[in-house]
Amino acid sequence: MNLSRNWLSDFVNTDGIDNQTFCDRMTATGSKVEGYEELGSDIENVVVAKVTHMERHPNSDHLWICRVDAGARGHDIQIVTGAQNLFEGALVPAALPVAKLPGGVVIRAGKLRGVESNGMLCSMGELKLTSHDMPGKAEDGILILDNDCENRLGEDIRDVLMLRDTVVEFEITSNRPDCLSVIGLAREAAVSFEKELHVRQPKVQGCRGSDRVENYLNVRIDAPDLCHRYAARVVKNVRIAPSPLWMRMRLRASGVRPINNIVDITNYVMLEYGQPMHAFDYRCLDGSAIVVRRAGKDEAFRSLDSTDHVLDDSMLVIADRKKAVALAGVMGGENSEITDATATVVFESACFNGASVRVTAKKNGMRTESSTRFEKGLDPENCLPSLERACELVELLGAGEVVDGVLDVYPKPRPLTVLPFTPDRYNQFLGTHIPTGHMIHTLEGLGCRMENDRIVVPSFRADLACMNDIAEEVVRIYGYDQIESSNMHAETTLGGRTAKQQFQLETENLLVGMGLSQIHTFSFISPKDYDKIRMPADSPARRSVVISNPLGEDTSVMRTTALPSMMTVLERNHNFSNETVRLFELATVYLPHDAADELPDERRVVTIGLYGKTDFYALKGICEGILKASGIAATFAACTENPSYHPGRCASILAADRSVLGVLGQADPRMASNYGFDAPVLIAELDFEALFAHANTQKVYRPLPKYPATTRDFSFVCAEETEVGAIEGIMAKAGGKLVEKVELFDIYRGPQVGEGKKSVSMRVTLRANDRTLTVDEADQVSRKILNDLELKMGLTLRS
Amino acid sequence: MRETLEKIRESALEQIQSVGASLEQIRIRYLGKKGELTAVLRGMGALSAEERPKIGELANQVRADIEEAIAAKQRQKEALALEKRLKEEKLDVTMPGTPVAAGHLHPLTQVQRQLEDIFIGMGFSIEEGPEVELDYYNFQALNIPKNHPARDTQDTFYITDSILLRSQTSPVQVRAMEHRKPPIRIISPGRVYRSDALDATHSPLFHQLEGLVVDRGITMGDLKGTLEIFAKKMFGENTRIRFRPHHFPFTEPSAEVDVSCYVCGGKGCRICKGEGWIEILGAGMVHPFVLSNCGIDPEVYSGFAFGMGIERVAMKAYSIDDIRLFYENDERFLEQF
Repeated sequence: MNLSRNWLSDFVNTDGIDNQTFCDRMTATGSKVEGYEELGSDIENVVVAKVTHMERHPNSDHLWICRVDAGARGHDIQIVTGAQNLFEGALVPAALPVAKLPGGVVIRAGKLRGVESNGMLCSMGELKLTSHDMPGKAEDGILILDNDCENRLGEDIRDVLMLRDTVVEFEITSNRPDCLSVIGLAREAAVSFEKELHVRQPKVQGCRGSDRVENYLNVRIDAPDLCHRYAARVVKNVRIAPSPLWMRMRLRASGVRPINNIVDITNYVMLEYGQPMHAFDYRCLDGSAIVVRRAGKDEAFRSLDSTDHVLDDSMLVIADRKKAVALAGVMGGENSEITDATATVVFESACFNGASVRVTAKKNGMRTESSTRFEKGLDPENCLPSLERACELVELLGAGEVVDGVLDVYPKPRPLTVLPFTPDRYNQFLGTHIPTGHMIHTLEGLGCRMENDRIVVPSFRADLACMNDIAEEVVRIYGYDQIESSNMHAETTLGGRTAKQQFQLETENLLVGMGLSQIHTFSFISPKDYDKIRMPADSPARRSVVISNPLGEDTSVMRTTALPSMMTVLERNHNFSNETVRLFELATVYLPHDAADELPDERRVVTIGLYGKTDFYALKGICEGILKASGIAATFAACTENPSYHPGRCASILAADRSVLGVLGQADPRMASNYGFDAPVLIAELDFEALFAHANTQKVYRPLPKYPATTRDFSFVCAEETEVGAIEGIMAKAGGKLVEKVELFDIYRGPQVGEGKKSVSMRVTLRANDRTLTVDEADQVSRKILNDLELKMGLTLRS
Repeated sequence: MRETLEKIRESALEQIQSVGASLEQIRIRYLGKKGELTAVLRGMGALSAEERPKIGELANQVRADIEEAIAAKQRQKEALALEKRLKEEKLDVTMPGTPVAAGHLHPLTQVQRQLEDIFIGMGFSIEEGPEVELDYYNFQALNIPKNHPARDTQDTFYITDSILLRSQTSPVQVRAMEHRKPPIRIISPGRVYRSDALDATHSPLFHQLEGLVVDRGITMGDLKGTLEIFAKKMFGENTRIRFRPHHFPFTEPSAEVDVSCYVCGGKGCRICKGEGWIEILGAGMVHPFVLSNCGIDPEVYSGFAFGMGIERVAMKAYSIDDIRLFYENDERFLEQF
C-alpha cells in the first residue's frame, strides 16, 4: 500500500514529523514501512513561464528562439527549443539554470548552434508525467499549461502541478485489510503519534426527491453465502471528463493511473476507504436489475481488459437479467464498461466472501487491486460510507446528478465481537507492566468501544478475536521494546540429540576425518536423471513422488536415489577443473507408497563420490572405516548387476544377516560419460537407516594380549579371477580360534607366475589368550590352513 | 725412569692431537697390555722402596692424562661429526608440506550444528518430521485454511491437493504437540521448499530451524530472553535484539526479530546495509487456535515459537552473497570452511 502523506493529512495532522521519524514509528507500532519516496525532490528550478516572443533560429530549420516571462525569475529570458507546438502566449514549464529534472538531468545555460539559451522548456516526459496524469495534453512537444496559470508566472512547477508529496510504502499483512486504506493508516498514525483522527460522514445532496433509485434498479442476492452485502446507488446526467488535478495527483502518488472522473472516483474511494467499488454503465444492464449469483457452468465472460474467460459455478458474478456484467470482486465486464458516452452510472459497493474471490481471481489469472482486498475479508459495514463518499465526490466534481436512495441488500448483519477486558492477564502473558489506562486509551484509539470489563471490537477489525489479539494491540502501541527479557522458569527439560541424530553427526565427522567434504544437493531431480545413471526402464525405483507445479522438468520429481545428485556435483567440479575431489552427502530419498494419499518413506542414504588420485580400494577403505566405526561386521561381495556400476568393479556390502547395507564401486564408464567423465569415477551408496539399525556403538574393552603372537606367511599362485576374499575366508575359518588376523601383504603379477595368474601372499597371525603357542601348535594350524585351501580352492604353496 | 715416563706422556699427547691419528692405536701403543707405559711399570721392581711409590704415582698420573686426552679428543671428533651430519641434513623448510587429505563439513551443517548446540544447552531437543507433508500440518493446523491469503507469502509445491512439500518446518511443531504433553521444548531444523526460481537470494529449497516452547506461564518476555541468549551465543556477547510487530497466522502476538549488526555493532555498514540491524528471525506467542488444535488447553498453557533460515544465518556469518554457492558444492568453496 502506497500512502500519500498529503492525503493522510485529510484525516490526521502529522505535520512536523519528518519522513524518517514517521516511518520508524509506524514500523515500530506494527505498520511495516518498506521505504518512502519524496515526490518532486528530483525537480528543481522549474517554474511557470509565458512565451512572449518566438523567432526562427538563424542556423537551424527546426529550432526556435523563444523569449519567456518567468515572473520574479526574470521577465525576458531567452531559451532555444526544438519543440514545434509553441505559440506566443503559451504557458509552459521552464527549467532555469541550474535546474534539475528527473533522471538526474541538470540544465545549465549554454549555446545552441551559436545562440544563447538560458534554460529549457519542458515536456511532460521530462517532468516524468504521462498523458494519464495530464489528460488532453500533447505527449510530444512542450507541456502547455492551463490558462489559469497566467497569474502564477515564476511559481515552482511542483506547486502548480501538485507534484510535491511523500509516498510511504507499507507492507500490510493479510490480517489487516483495514490498513489497505488511507483512513485505516490514518487511524494507526493517530494512535502511534497520539493525535486525533478526523473521519467525517460523507454528505450527499442527491436530487431533492425528484428521482428515486427504485425507478432505475432492483438488486437481488441469489448466493448469500458468497455475497454478504450488496449496496448500489445511481448517478444520472453523467458528464465523463478528466478528474481534477488534485485527485489525479493523489491517485498517481498511490500508483493508480487516472482514467476519467467516474473511474477515478471508484479508485479514489477504494484507496481512501479500503472498499473496492465498481461502476456500471446503466444503459448496458438488461432488465434494470442486478442479480448476484453463481456463474453457470461454462458461462462465457469477457472482462474489461478484453480477456475471455470460461466460468464455473464456484464463481460469483454480478449479472443483469440476461448476462454477467462483472466477476464479483475481481473485474467488471467489457459489456458494461464506463465509456465517454456513459450517461447513467450504477455504483456498486459490496462485500463478497474472501475465499471465493481469491479462488475466482486465481482460476481466471486476474489478481486485481480489488480482489487482493476482498480476499482478505472486508468489513460489510464499510459498504455504505464508501458508497456515500463516492456520491459525495460525484457532486464535488460535478460529474453527474446523484439519484436519491440506496439499494442495500444485507441479509445477515454481522454482530460485533465482544471480548472480556482482562488487563492483568495481558501483562502476565506478555511479561509487561502496562498501565490499564494506557491499554484503554490504545484500544479506544484503535476504534474499540470500552464498556466496563468488555471490549466491543469495531467491525473493521475481524482479526481481533481472542485474548492474544488484544494483548498484541496493547503491546505493539506501548512498544515491543518495553517487554523485559526474562528466563523461562519452567519445568526442566532434557535437551540433546537422539541416538540416530548422534550417529548421523558422528558419521559425518568420520567422513570428514577421512578427507571427504560434505555436500548438500536439491531433493528434486529430473526424471531424465534416472536415464543418466542407467536405471533400467522398468525399475520400480523410477516411481517417484511427482511435483504437480514444478519450476521446471529438472526439478520435477523427488529423488528415489541420490546418485544423480552426487554425479551432477562431481561433473560440476570436473568442469571447474578441480583435480581430485572427494565428496559425500547425507541425502534424503523419497520412496512413494502405492496409495496416493499416503506420505512417502523418507530415508537417508550416504553417497560418496571420488575422482582423481584415488582408486577402488581407497573407496573401499572409506566404507570399511564407516563400518568399523559403526561396529558392523560386514562382508563385501562382487556385484555384476548394478547398471550404474562397472560390472567387474562393484561390490555389495552385506551385513551378518545377509541384508544389503550398500553398494560401492567404479561408475560404469557409460554412466560416467553421461556426466562428462572419461577417467574413473568412484561411487558408493550406503543405506544410512540400515547402518544405524546394524550399528553397534557399544564399546567393550578386550584385555590386551599377554602372550606373544606367531606369524606364518603363505604365497600361492592362482588364477586372476580367484578372489582374495575367498582365500581369506577359508584361512580364517581353517585356523579357528587361534587366528587373530589374516592379511594380504602382496600381490604379484608377471612372467614368473604366467599369463592370467597372480601370486597372492598372505600373513596369518596366530595367538592364544592363555599361553605362548608352541611351534608344533602353529605348524598344525598352518597345515590345516593349507589342507583346506587345497581341498576347497585347489591352491598350493608357491614353490 | 721418571724421564721415560715424562717422554711417554709428551709423545702420547702430541700424537693424540695430531691430525688423522687413530685414537685406538694410540691407546694400544701406550696403554695396552704390551704398551709402552705398561712396559715401564713392569720395570718398577728394580726401583728402591723409597722411589717406587713416587714413580708409581707419576705413572698413574701419566696414564690418567693420556686417557683423558684420548677421551677429550674422542668427544671433539664426535662433536665435529655431528656438526657435519646436521649440516648435511639441512632441509629446505620453504618447500611445501606433504598434503593430508582434509575434508570439510558443509557450511550449512556447521551453522546448523552451532544453532542446535546453543538450544540443546537450553534444554531443547531436536525433533524431525517429513518433508513431503500433509496440507493439514503445513497450513490448516497452523491457522492457515485453504484459500487463505497468508498462503501467498509461501508459494508452495504441491504433490496432490492434500500433500505438498513443506514450506516451513512448523508442521513438525504441530506433530510434536500432538504426541507430546507439555513441557515441550524442541527445535526442528530441516529442509523446506518454496516455489521461487533460483537466483542469488532465492532458492526453491532451503533450510529452516524453528523452535517451540509450551508450558505453564510462558511469557513473551521469556521469548525475548531466550532469543537474546541465542543471539549472544551465535553472534557475540555484545549483540542486542529488537522486536518489531508483525503477523504470522500461527502466533499472536508476532514479531520480526532483528539482531544488531555483528560487524559494525549497530552503527551501520555494508553488511547491514547501513541499518545497524539485521533481520534474522520470526517469532511470537503460539496462537491459542494452534494449541487447542493440538489438544493443548490454551487457558492452562502458553508457549512461544520462533524460526529462522539457516542459509540466511550462514550467509551473514560468512559474508556469502549468493545462496546458490551452497548447492553448487564447488570444492573450492567447500574447502574454505
